Amino acid sequence: MADFETPELKEYPVIPHLQEGVMAHSKPFVAKEEFQESLGFPGELVDNWEQVALDKMQELTGKYRGFQVFLDSCVKCGACTDKCHYYLGTSDPKNMPVARQDLLRKVYRRNFTFAGKYFPKLVGAVDLTKEVLDDWYSYFHQCSQCRRCSVYCPYGIDTAEISMAAREIMDCVGVGQKYCNEIIGKVYKIGNNLGLPQPALVDTLEGLEEEVEEDIGVKVRFPVDEKGAEILVVTPSADFFAEPHVDGLIGYAKVFHEAGISWTLSSYASEAANFGMFIGSYENMRKVSLRIREAALDLGVKRIVMGECGHAWRVAYSFLNTLAGPFDFLDPNYPVPQHILEFTHDLIQRGALTMDKSANDDMVLTYHDSCNVARASRMGSKPGGQFTIPRDVIRASCNHFYDMPQDTIHEATYCCGGGGGLLTDDLMELRVKGALPRMEALKQVVEEHGVTHMAAICAICKSQFSKVLPYYGFTMDSIVSVHQLVSNAIVVGSKQ
Amino acid sequence: MPFLTVVYALLFYLATALLVGGLAYKIRQYAKTPAPLKIPTTPAPVTRSGVVLRMFRELAFFESLFKSNKWIWVFGYLFHFGMLLVLARHLRYFTNPVWTWVDLIQPFGLYAAFAMAAGLAGLWARRFLVDRVRYISALSDHLMLALLLGIALTGLAMDYLTHTDIVALKAFFLGLMYFNWQPIPEDPVLLLHLALVATLMIIFPISKLLHAPGIFFSPTRNQVDNPREQRHLAAWAAKLENR
Repeated sequence: MADFETPELKEYPVIPHLQEGVMAHSKPFVAKEEFQESLGFPGELVDNWEQVALDKMQELTGKYRGFQVFLDSCVKCGACTDKCHYYLGTSDPKNMPVARQDLLRKVYRRNFTFAGKYFPKLVGAVDLTKEVLDDWYSYFHQCSQCRRCSVYCPYGIDTAEISMAAREIMDCVGVGQKYCNEIIGKVYKIGNNLGLPQPALVDTLEGLEEEVEEDIGVKVRFPVDEKGAEILVVTPSADFFAEPHVDGLIGYAKVFHEAGISWTLSSYASEAANFGMFIGSYENMRKVSLRIREAALDLGVKRIVMGECGHAWRVAYSFLNTLAGPFDFLDPNYPVPQHILEFTHDLIQRGALTMDKSANDDMVLTYHDSCNVARASRMGSKPGGQFTIPRDVIRASCNHFYDMPQDTIHEATYCCGGGGGLLTDDLMELRVKGALPRMEALKQVVEEHGVTHMAAICAICKSQFSKVLPYYGFTMDSIVSVHQLVSNAIVVGSKQ
Repeated sequence: MPFLTVVYALLFYLATALLVGGLAYKIRQYAKTPAPLKIPTTPAPVTRSGVVLRMFRELAFFESLFKSNKWIWVFGYLFHFGMLLVLARHLRYFTNPVWTWVDLIQPFGLYAAFAMAAGLAGLWARRFLVDRVRYISALSDHLMLALLLGIALTGLAMDYLTHTDIVALKAFFLGLMYFNWQPIPEDPVLLLHLALVATLMIIFPISKLLHAPGIFFSPTRNQVDNPREQRHLAAWAAKLENR
């Protein structure tokens, strides 16, 4: 199947001993000139790249307080060293968060601190060389920006912020990552990550309407570009074509149908994910976000609801108001944006949906907290709503639910292994190895409770698990969407 | 005035100036640098008072470290709070008359010095014994622990092995504070202790000791989780909107 070994699932998680350099070969494909340039970056490594990189680093320390404070504050206590799923799965010491940060921090020290300028050997400061840049390219593309390390750092240092800055610096010297930059280009050109044009989208949605009508005998609508609808739904484009994502989309449609609220998708903003975040580019993140604002204005909607997507929810929840606000033209009675789970949860709480839990009796479920939902956003009005609301909805949709071990869920959740712009086939080894901690936790509930399926609310998690579950002996269809469970359980037409 | 008195007097004026000036520079830099995006590590407090409480738990209990690793937590806690008590105890050399609460904590300050040394020894041991921590340790990380442990041990030595003339020492420091120099006791252990302390003060603003002011400015810990309710916009980001 591949030219690497899948890690063995142990009875109890073990912190591995260091194996230096074992992942040094792991690098994603470099972006070609055209994809670099459509994002405003140079097409290839610029001549005076060392100086350009240092200038950019200095610019970023002046623009981002977090970056500056994080570069200064690390005491190398070691608290984060066993927290990264990529370290646990690969044993490569440069995948320990502190060591990953130090790849950049040692260059910062050399150029911008007294100690590093005059006593480089003493404090571990080095000049920016091609070798260092290669290390950056390799290891800053082995960070899924999941923020697990930031939970455990006594100063809250977030490696995601460092790796975003590193990727921004690399983009600015002309060494961008193909996967992310090509996708952002597609969003600018067509409107979504998959490059699905408007006619294809319309076609797909018509197909879904027919499919659902055949299935349940009720016409459930999948509207697109309908002016005057109440709600604009922005969802990851994976929801338009692949299992198990599309089953989630069917779930949203049934919920809206039951709620009796008009909604629409937009072909212009047909993508919830915002890869601008992965490459640390405020400008690109803003440009992608503005499409949602423009679509909302154009369609004249009153509310915005986001589909199931982890990093998308982070950008939407935490950044959308900043990047594309203010949203004073929308209905002030609802948060902007809302998560589809907040919407469905609210209806369930009010008894507005009839749920037949037994429809999911063929499954014993567990739930994977997506990293960016868990540690970089919220749902509902209380802190931690991002943990309780999805579980409430799952429990309202099925009879058999068991959580994975405490130290692998909620804020301690492990990344699926494919987040942060790493969901590409050229990083397959990293993705399989990085999934190890989650797979160990899953194995435990499979053995203890007979769990058959794992639900998730992120397009990346769902795609990643579909691909890596088989490496660990699980079937690829044991990953499901939360709204797929809702879709199965909801009794359509019961309220009319 | 004895030569050593002049040297130490000037050393402490210099160290104090660099410590205060350096920290002021860094704090100003942190305060002036914008945080353009809301990035609290969630679940996070949704009110400002909630953030104050979160920060208090972080400072008073090392909450995140406790979640992370009990060994580092124990050693780190012993060291930091031992040092806090020891520092408070030392206020008696700089106040006249000595404040009552400083008088009251004198007996505890002694145990605190042992706690501080034990914590430092534990933290240092980890740098040798745990392969992950050994890998990330630079020479400066070892030297920093050596410096702090040296301060603790020379301090303890003056309590238990070779007493110094603390009355004269107090006169020396009060003299520095009121610009009325008095001779320093020329006791080698004391002179070493003071030289190490001055070194620590000097390197504070140019080393990882910046974690002390840094924690207060860490956006993952000090931001309120309210991005949907309140629009958060940095000045440089606002300029993009007018283009």
